[in-house]
Amino acid sequence: MILEIAIRSLQVTISALIVSTLIGIPVGAWLALVRFPARRVALALVYTGMGLPPVVVGLVVYLILSRSGPLGGLSWLFTIPAMIVAQIILSIPLIVGITMSSILAVDSTLRIQLRALGATHWQATRDLVLEARSGVVVGLAAGFGAIISEVGAVMLVGGNIAGQTRVLTTAIVLETREGNFDTALALGGILLTLAFAANLIMVIAQGRLREIK
Amino acid sequence: MLTINRKIALAFLTILTLLAVRCTPQPPATLRLATTTSTQDSGLLDIILPDFEKKFNARVDVVAVGTGQAIAIGEKGDADVLLVHDRAKEDKFVADGNAPARYDVMYNDFIIVGPASDPAKIKGMATAADAFKAIAAAKALFISRGDQSGTNARELAIWKAAGINPAGDWYVSAGQGMGELLTMTQEREAYTLSDRGTYLKRRSDGLTLVILVEGGSDLLNPYGVIPVSAQKFPGVNADLAQKFVDWLLSVDTQQMIADYKIDGQSLFIPQSEPWKAAHP
Amino acid sequence: MTPSAYRLTGIEQVYAARTVLRIPELTIPRGDIFTVLGPNGSGKTTLLRLLALLEAPTRGTVTVSLASREVTGRTATIEDRRLVTMVFQHPILLTRTVRENVAYGLRLRGQRDARKRIDGLLDQLGLSRLAGAPSHTLSGGEAQRVALARALILDPQILLLDEPTANLDPASGVLIEQMIRETHRRDGVTVVLVTHNIFQAKRLATRAMLLLDGELVEDGEASQFFTAPRDERTARFVAGEMTF
Repeated sequence: MILEIAIRSLQVTISALIVSTLIGIPVGAWLALVRFPARRVALALVYTGMGLPPVVVGLVVYLILSRSGPLGGLSWLFTIPAMIVAQIILSIPLIVGITMSSILAVDSTLRIQLRALGATHWQATRDLVLEARSGVVVGLAAGFGAIISEVGAVMLVGGNIAGQTRVLTTAIVLETREGNFDTALALGGILLTLAFAANLIMVIAQGRLREIK
Repeated sequence: MLTINRKIALAFLTILTLLAVRCTPQPPATLRLATTTSTQDSGLLDIILPDFEKKFNARVDVVAVGTGQAIAIGEKGDADVLLVHDRAKEDKFVADGNAPARYDVMYNDFIIVGPASDPAKIKGMATAADAFKAIAAAKALFISRGDQSGTNARELAIWKAAGINPAGDWYVSAGQGMGELLTMTQEREAYTLSDRGTYLKRRSDGLTLVILVEGGSDLLNPYGVIPVSAQKFPGVNADLAQKFVDWLLSVDTQQMIADYKIDGQSLFIPQSEPWKAAHP
Repeated sequence: MTPSAYRLTGIEQVYAARTVLRIPELTIPRGDIFTVLGPNGSGKTTLLRLLALLEAPTRGTVTVSLASREVTGRTATIEDRRLVTMVFQHPILLTRTVRENVAYGLRLRGQRDARKRIDGLLDQLGLSRLAGAPSHTLSGGEAQRVALARALILDPQILLLDEPTANLDPASGVLIEQMIRETHRRDGVTVVLVTHNIFQAKRLATRAMLLLDGELVEDGEASQFFTAPRDERTARFVAGEMTF
């Protein structure tokens, strides 16, 4: 049963992280490279988003996915997709912000120099992002850490249903509430171990990326 | 570069697979039951629900939250059936058109627990109101759930009946579930109002608070089951919800409820109409 | 009359309400080594970027003759653009080995297997020893040579160079000038060279121009430009008398 809960935690968080990465890296690159009128407002929004309280996000997602809400027809409330959605919202700002910052840290003339060598706009942007890859991985680690450990959002939109939407963090809350501190601590230990293992993988991948040809 | 593109493609496929696996249509019958944390913590549902699930080839998803939130979930049509213990809120729920009716299920009782030393000397008092008066007079530390739960609603009703508006350093409002609250109460050597079920379970885990007042008429805690209105919320599984209600009120299930004991004590007393008819 | 590589008409380049470059008319013949002279901030780099089609002029037109057709920034395809290559004053290399950096432009063009050619070019530039070194370990002069290599390997029709020997020790500088002359002679590449080094300009140029404060002062054939310029400012600049 603990195994099932741990696997579910990873399933939710990794799914959310993959989607956040696919959306967040391009958006972060765009914010770094394109000048548009409301750019400073967009930046402030990203920074605010990096500190969104998970329980608030959970509440908003709940109201949207509720049967009496605008997207109730999806019937996602109290299921895993709802939890993934909430965690996508929580992790995207971190990935966007840190990707943007990493790309800004790359010398600003690199892009035009790549274009001078014959890169199309898309190729130049792609290779610029690749140059910033170390920082981008940090963004992924930050996003991952934020969502694997949050409880407010997944509790609200998942409902901590046994066998369906219970994850490590919500299980810890339940065990604590029932006074089973030992079990709660054990679950916490598992959570930390999983987080550490995932981050270790990311660090190794970061090292491998240096050897990109 | 190709390696990167291949990795991205792989990631895409992974996430699609994961989402697809999880978004496949649910098994034929799922019933979403919103109930309270104290009901879940009592352990009763773990004992009786498998019977329902087997009989009707269904799965019961239990969402356990505070009473206020359980009702709110019902008001949004996000649950198929509610099992709560706050008569006033239940009646309002029905009156607001959120459900066709509510039905008596069972009752358990509240108890006032505190340290063995009992500084306010409330042990053995006949009613909770009397005990609360004594606690207030002694300004003994009292910890409240403060969270709109059924337990909290009852606690406030008792204060009102005792003619007291609890305020001051001795009255602490904690906003937590019952289990956590008992832990806190023990730590602070305070008094609190608890449901018997959660207390007994925690006591078997090593809780040292003792029962000081029990059995008074103002300490009974009746439960109601409410099938959410299919007319107001077309998405609810009304059919299965009604089957659940009928099953819960049936004499056999009520007997299972009566047989559920902790430390040799029954936690819940059956109260459904069918049961009362069979045991006049 | 030699066909022209570039025709500039009515060029004005404005940044933040400041006109940084104004060239009413300029022709750069094909196959020339055309040096652009002027003090710092005179607009040389801006001109080079316009020639590279990396920036669009605020006003006016830059027409480039490539192979058989003429294009402007707007009509140029990516294949057209890839016939023009520019080496910047402060080159930024990618975080990878020297060899991979040199191979970058080739990979963009879909050529993956050019190891022998790359190693040959590195050898000519004295970089053989560093072929597998990570780019961040290079000195300024070594990085500049790698930047030149990554441009030369592409066999461009037009080669634009912004102060290519500014950061180099004299020996490397000589090497680079040799390579430029060699490429020009062997492949008929049109070279546009920005430099503040009069001597280098005199050594290499077939034609030259002077920019002062963004204005085209004079352009002309090299021997006339350096020995008998029409404009008095050109004469002073060529004599090394202009101090800013």
